[in-house]
Amino acid sequence: MEHHAQFRTRWLVALLLAPQVLLVFTFFYWPAGAALFWAFTLEQPWGGGNAFVGFDNFTSLFADSFYWASVGRTIVFALASSCLAMGMALVLALFCDRQLRGYAYYRTALIWPYAVAAPAAAVAFRYVFAPEAGVFAGLNAMYPGLWNPAMSGTDAMIMIIIAYSWKFISYNFIFFLAGLQAIPRSLIEAAAMDGSGVLRRMRDIQLPLLTPTVFFLLVINITDSFVDSFGIIDITTEGGPAKATNLMVYKIYFDGFKGLDYSGAAAQSIVLMVLVMALTFVQFRYVERKIHYK
Amino acid sequence: MHPLPTWLSRSAAAALALLIGAGGEAAAQSRVKFELWHGLSGDLGERVGDVCKRFNETQAEFEIACISQGSYDEAVQNSIAAFRAKKQPTIVQVFDAGTADLMLSGAFYPAGKLMADNGFTVDWGRYFPGVANYYATSKGELLSFPFNSSTALFYWNRDAFAKVGRSAAPTTWEEVEAISRDLKKAGYACPFAFEYDTWQLMEQFSAIHGQPIATRGNGYEGLDAELVFNKTRFADYVKFLKKGYDEGIFSIKVKATGATIGEAFGAGDCQMTQMSVASHGTIGKIAKPGMNWDVAMLPLFAGTKRTNSLVGGASLWALAGKSKDEYRGAAAFFNFIALPQSEEYWSTVTGYIPVTKPGFAFMKAKGFYDKPPYKGREIALESLTASEVTPVSRGVRLGGFLLIRKETQDALQAIFANSMSVEAGLNQAVERGNAILRRFEKTYAGKQLP
Repeated sequence: MEHHAQFRTRWLVALLLAPQVLLVFTFFYWPAGAALFWAFTLEQPWGGGNAFVGFDNFTSLFADSFYWASVGRTIVFALASSCLAMGMALVLALFCDRQLRGYAYYRTALIWPYAVAAPAAAVAFRYVFAPEAGVFAGLNAMYPGLWNPAMSGTDAMIMIIIAYSWKFISYNFIFFLAGLQAIPRSLIEAAAMDGSGVLRRMRDIQLPLLTPTVFFLLVINITDSFVDSFGIIDITTEGGPAKATNLMVYKIYFDGFKGLDYSGAAAQSIVLMVLVMALTFVQFRYVERKIHYK
Repeated sequence: MHPLPTWLSRSAAAALALLIGAGGEAAAQSRVKFELWHGLSGDLGERVGDVCKRFNETQAEFEIACISQGSYDEAVQNSIAAFRAKKQPTIVQVFDAGTADLMLSGAFYPAGKLMADNGFTVDWGRYFPGVANYYATSKGELLSFPFNSSTALFYWNRDAFAKVGRSAAPTTWEEVEAISRDLKKAGYACPFAFEYDTWQLMEQFSAIHGQPIATRGNGYEGLDAELVFNKTRFADYVKFLKKGYDEGIFSIKVKATGATIGEAFGAGDCQMTQMSVASHGTIGKIAKPGMNWDVAMLPLFAGTKRTNSLVGGASLWALAGKSKDEYRGAAAFFNFIALPQSEEYWSTVTGYIPVTKPGFAFMKAKGFYDKPPYKGREIALESLTASEVTPVSRGVRLGGFLLIRKETQDALQAIFANSMSVEAGLNQAVERGNAILRRFEKTYAGKQLP
């Protein structure tokens, strides 16, 4: 039989938990509760009153084909940016782990982008990708009309995926590198002595042992890409052209804060919350099974 | 000498301390402090700060603190959040698209009542009707004070025009088209530039052509208004722009392409555009050295009679729930900014126009508009007063107007990217815009616009 260390008194437990519970309540349950309430009412922004409307906010949302398009684009964005950010970070981390020449410098440099505020990064990317003034202007001079995120929805989507992933590569890189360095050197050296090459060692030893990190980052990346993209969108595309980059979270921001449609925005955030919870559930239920922690 | 009994000296000290304390407080309270939240930032934000400083210098009784909230919509958002937490400022600057919500909320102190309650008589006839009506109720009563006001003008490059043998601004869109073609032939890559901003493209165009944007007097008469701009001359205008764009004589300039219309015009890359008179000062500063440019009233389609253009900008509202003293201060401030000298100062340091007739007359008499860099800005007032104010040129009063503008911009982007026809795009914008209006109407069920 196992023995657990236990506190004798319940009130001590309650007391020690109280600050955390209070924080979670104030910054999560309370706002989420208010959003849930607003989602079922029509709220006047200046607080003049609200009327209960049942599921009206949700039914009108689900009846709007543009809303479903926004959901679709959000999923495309989440998958593409997570793959790009994780893939790039993994490659960089693998090479950094091999301690190629100068790795100490670029290990530090690769962490910096995460410290750059999203809007600042977005301003830089807007310039880089501007079809008439930026770096891409040269490309357009050679092939006119090749690149124009102001007119082409696809170009605009590519732009925000790259701008968003650029920032997240650093975050993923730190975790991948830490994960790789936790793998016992002896395993890799033994494989090397057995004659397996660099790629073979990566495939057979490092990547399988890295799966817990990959899983963790997958959950974090997908969750964050659902909720964290609006700073970049607001600066670069404002959801355009013609709604091509109007992701769910940006639509919530625009409808709620700019359009003053508090109830519509509240209903949308409930949908987004449920979607993120469902995706996280699926990942834990089905993906985690394939992961070996030991 | 006997020392004073301890109890006596103690209480004397306490009494003294009380007196000093009270005196100190009285000195601090001698000026009633109140706040104004506005949505201007950067250079314009600092100029608002200057106006407030000027007010404070004339005042022994009140002290205003003017705080920038970053942008128009943030000023509204933050004031709403503050109002709901009962920490609102006394005065807030609200832009056109935020007006309908505030009017229906009852969260304000009507301008006329505020002034009357505090002993000021306001002659509302001093205000230009084109300016006042934008912020007034359907009955013409002003609920807030017009502050920073502008309208759209046509900007043109004299140097480029000289190259194609022209020396006057176009007055019709047909002329704009012909000149653009000539300029293109003369080697100019971007004769005329425009952007998706519906304020110039749709709202000003509709007003000067006497075309409605929505029924019920553009929404003034009731919350049941419906959008109609897919069936007016605005639809012809979009087709006209599309044709020019496809031909390569009209260009779209937005942040995402690398330069806005203002930047492109100032750099001499684009030779004609339409923008707010508020940009007049900026263009003066950023224009290429030696570039000769001028402004004119917006062109019309040939054969149209000109109606007055719409005012842009924002007005100042007194919010409900503040103290009597703060309202006295607010009234004094409103009185101060309506003085001709204040208007002259404001128009000098910004590109905004005076909002009262005496203010304009005062500046004109002083020769303000006779020489650069202010010469040309009087055309904005000509445009605003081009006709009697009609039910479609007094303004636009629609709920969720920012969302409707966004839907319209989205449709225009689809139209110019060739993914929708002009008809389909505008129909979609109207249909989606109407859904926003119905939702707004339901949110304020049982309420009437004043």
